[in-house]
Amino acid sequence: MAKMTSRSQLLSKHVRQAIDETVKKYPEGRQRSAVFAALREAQHENSGYLTVELMDAVAEYLELEPIKIYEVASFYSMFETRPVGRHSISVCTNISCMLRGADGIVAHIEKKLGVKTGESTPDGRIYLKCEEECLAACTGAPMMMVNHVYHENLTAELVDEILENLK
Amino acid sequence: MTESLVNIEIDGKPIQARKGEMIMQAADREGVYIPRFCYHHKLSVAANCRMCLVEAEKVPKPLPACATPVAEGMKVFTRSPRAITAQRATMEFLLINHPLDCPICDQGGECELQDLAMGYGRDIARFAEGKRVLKDEDIGPLISTSMTRCIYCTRCVRFGMEVAGIQELGDTGRGEHSRIGTYISRSVDHELSGNVIDLCPVGALNSKPFKMHGRGWEMTQHEAIAPHDCVGSNLYGHVLRGKFMRAVPRINEAVNECWISDRDRFSYTGIYSVDRLEHPMIKDGGKWRTVDWETALEKAAQALRTVHSDAGVLASPGATTEELYLLQKLARGLGIHSIDTRLHQADFRDDDSEPLFPWLGQPIEELEKQDAVLVIGSNLRKEVPLMAHRLRKAALRGGAVMFLNPRRYELLFPVKAYVSAAVAEMSAALAAVVKAAAGRKTLPAHLKDFVSAQGPEAEHTKIATELMMGKRTTILLGHLAMQHPQYADLRALAAALADITGAQLGYISDGANSAGAWLAGAVSHRLPGGRKADIAGLNARTMFARPRRSYLLLGVEPELDCWDSPAALQALRSAQQVVVITPFVTETMQEYASVLLPGCTFGETSGTYVNAEGRWQSFAGMIKPAGEARPAWKILRVLGNLCELGGFEYVSSEEVRDELQSTLGASKPDNGFRGTRVMEAAPLCRGFQRIAELPLYGMDPLVRRATPLQQTQDADVACICLAPADAKKLGVEAHDKLTVKYNGVRIVLPVKLDASVHTGDVFLPAGLAATAGFAPWHAAVELEKA
Repeated sequence: MAKMTSRSQLLSKHVRQAIDETVKKYPEGRQRSAVFAALREAQHENSGYLTVELMDAVAEYLELEPIKIYEVASFYSMFETRPVGRHSISVCTNISCMLRGADGIVAHIEKKLGVKTGESTPDGRIYLKCEEECLAACTGAPMMMVNHVYHENLTAELVDEILENLK
Repeated sequence: MTESLVNIEIDGKPIQARKGEMIMQAADREGVYIPRFCYHHKLSVAANCRMCLVEAEKVPKPLPACATPVAEGMKVFTRSPRAITAQRATMEFLLINHPLDCPICDQGGECELQDLAMGYGRDIARFAEGKRVLKDEDIGPLISTSMTRCIYCTRCVRFGMEVAGIQELGDTGRGEHSRIGTYISRSVDHELSGNVIDLCPVGALNSKPFKMHGRGWEMTQHEAIAPHDCVGSNLYGHVLRGKFMRAVPRINEAVNECWISDRDRFSYTGIYSVDRLEHPMIKDGGKWRTVDWETALEKAAQALRTVHSDAGVLASPGATTEELYLLQKLARGLGIHSIDTRLHQADFRDDDSEPLFPWLGQPIEELEKQDAVLVIGSNLRKEVPLMAHRLRKAALRGGAVMFLNPRRYELLFPVKAYVSAAVAEMSAALAAVVKAAAGRKTLPAHLKDFVSAQGPEAEHTKIATELMMGKRTTILLGHLAMQHPQYADLRALAAALADITGAQLGYISDGANSAGAWLAGAVSHRLPGGRKADIAGLNARTMFARPRRSYLLLGVEPELDCWDSPAALQALRSAQQVVVITPFVTETMQEYASVLLPGCTFGETSGTYVNAEGRWQSFAGMIKPAGEARPAWKILRVLGNLCELGGFEYVSSEEVRDELQSTLGASKPDNGFRGTRVMEAAPLCRGFQRIAELPLYGMDPLVRRATPLQQTQDADVACICLAPADAKKLGVEAHDKLTVKYNGVRIVLPVKLDASVHTGDVFLPAGLAATAGFAPWHAAVELEKA
């Protein structure tokens, strides 16, 4: 059902295959259900953020109006719609982590990187994301997620070590 | 009591409601008003504004009336203390972010939020924090945005998805950052998009041309009929101090429901075009001179009196029935038989086998209930937007909507079958469908040879099968079919197909009043009431092909409106006398005319339009005509008197209408076809075959002057559209310039590529300044790289 058009060639073969796989899971004509997975793949291959061109490519590939893609991309905090650093860091600041000193961890990272939450380092290396939700690792509070990997029981030293390993 | 009804009680009043319907629907039917913002009876239920919270017995919390189905024995309280408290609380939340800018808001005075805030709002806000402010997007020349006022009812978003068929507006972002818009600040282009202005319950989406021009309560409201297409949408015209300020829909479920097209909504802006003709003028020794009405009318009458039968009379199919009736009465009274309104038609063979008038074959409302519809030769969305909307509903109901067109047009609904045939192959393609449908049945003798020569393919057979299988089926001939050089063949085949399959044959007629023109006798072969003319005059094409000594034009711009516009211009320029009744004056007109009589346009005259289903819709004038302009029926009345013809003593346009109606007798519309002309193959075209579509906003003098419509994407069509293969042969790419030549005339336009255009065909629209007077609408043209 998905068709190749000039614009959808922006999507790599791998992304297109992944989208095809997702589309198959839903009844015909319900390809809108695949928008989320499609955006995740497209973002992953584009250094962690989406552009309007990429979203349009997804729209064309799924034969949906572009606005339907913009709606999803702008709603979920998992999608970035502006250029960000290539490593994404989210520090959980919800209740358990807050009680265990998450604010101090955030302040430490901000000081070390010289950027505020929601900003990326000027060299485009690290993006300190403003995480809104509890990341569901309260037993290991305070915690943070770096490129989808959880790091728990954080201390300033541990954070320094993790950050230094990010190239 | 039947199974499908339940007994409920609303505010103590026992009523019966349909099983499964929502409390809101039952209450609306009973006339119990429940406040709402997001609910709209034509849209899906969103239940996101929460304004319609009501109390139901034995339910511990308030329920949204729009999303709660009725149940047997349910007792609903819409005005109980608990319901009112819930509604007031909702209102308080809605007003948290809503600005208090009613004094400068266009919606003020006709705002659902303002009205309900009067009833449910608190005098003093408890919310002392800052309000969220949004930057406005430019979404095109028709709709203004003030998104800070938006309350996120999402009616506009649902309209796009559910009614228009394409989502252009969406709800992006989340929570506090959520906003309605296009996200990338692009224009909203759908031909029905203006309806979001009416749907928006607040002042977030408003009419851009009307912005800051008036207040609802300052204006007077008048009933009107849209003057552009054969639906005849019901409108209200709003008038401020004698000036037409805006058009809004008047609900008529049978005609336009609660929608109108953007063309009907914004064309009024053309009324005040700078080229309005405000005074009668005559040409004196090659110079134009403003004169009084008496002099001008005397000169016009003189011109008409002296020519007798050697004159041509041409009127727009957008003229009122009364004007057209008087026009033919005047012409025929003077012995002029060449009178016509079929400006866009080329093929007049089989005139005599045509029906009483180009009838849709059914009420407009029936279209959406069809099981199968075949549309032949129509860019339906642009020709008659609201008919496309009806067929969209049919398709969504599961009906098979099918097309036979010279190229693919974007349709925003499921299309069961689509045959795209080169313009010269259209009759053959239709014949193939006839053959597939006929099977072993005997074909009518006059079509037999042509039809049996065809080899139906899968798509032809599919169309035939759907038409055979459906219970309620229709075959419609659109504008492109009517403009086709083999229209008579297409019609004969369509009629045969209708016969074989039991489908209803229908016509999507052009202009607002083709039906009225036929009934009034403003066609060369018919008298009022559809009687056959004893002396058939020349039709709209031949009256120019065989130039006349004089012409009388009513609301026509031949260089843009006539099928063979070069021949029309030439004939007019060499005529001795050309009397023109027109609301607008152009330079071309000043070249060929000898008398210019200022006529009226939309809103300025009373009259009647007969729509495609044969519905007579009369309207009164709303505004004073510009300058000294007069309604054409009055001009024609005086001309009749000056020419000393009897029977022109009318006091009102109603008298004219009644006289015409009395000639109709018991005649009923009937699309039965009695033609027996033997069909032959279409002649081959040398060079490129031009096809002239009439653009959405180029189809009559008024829309061509509606500035906001001319700024839309749909008006940006001055280009040469051809097949990629042909472009390659010519060595051009998209956006390159291409010269198109006809008979020594050359015009240069940018190239547009469309893979669905057949090689050898070239689409070059008519009705545009760029192609005015260029070539016949279907002509063999030459192309070369500019």
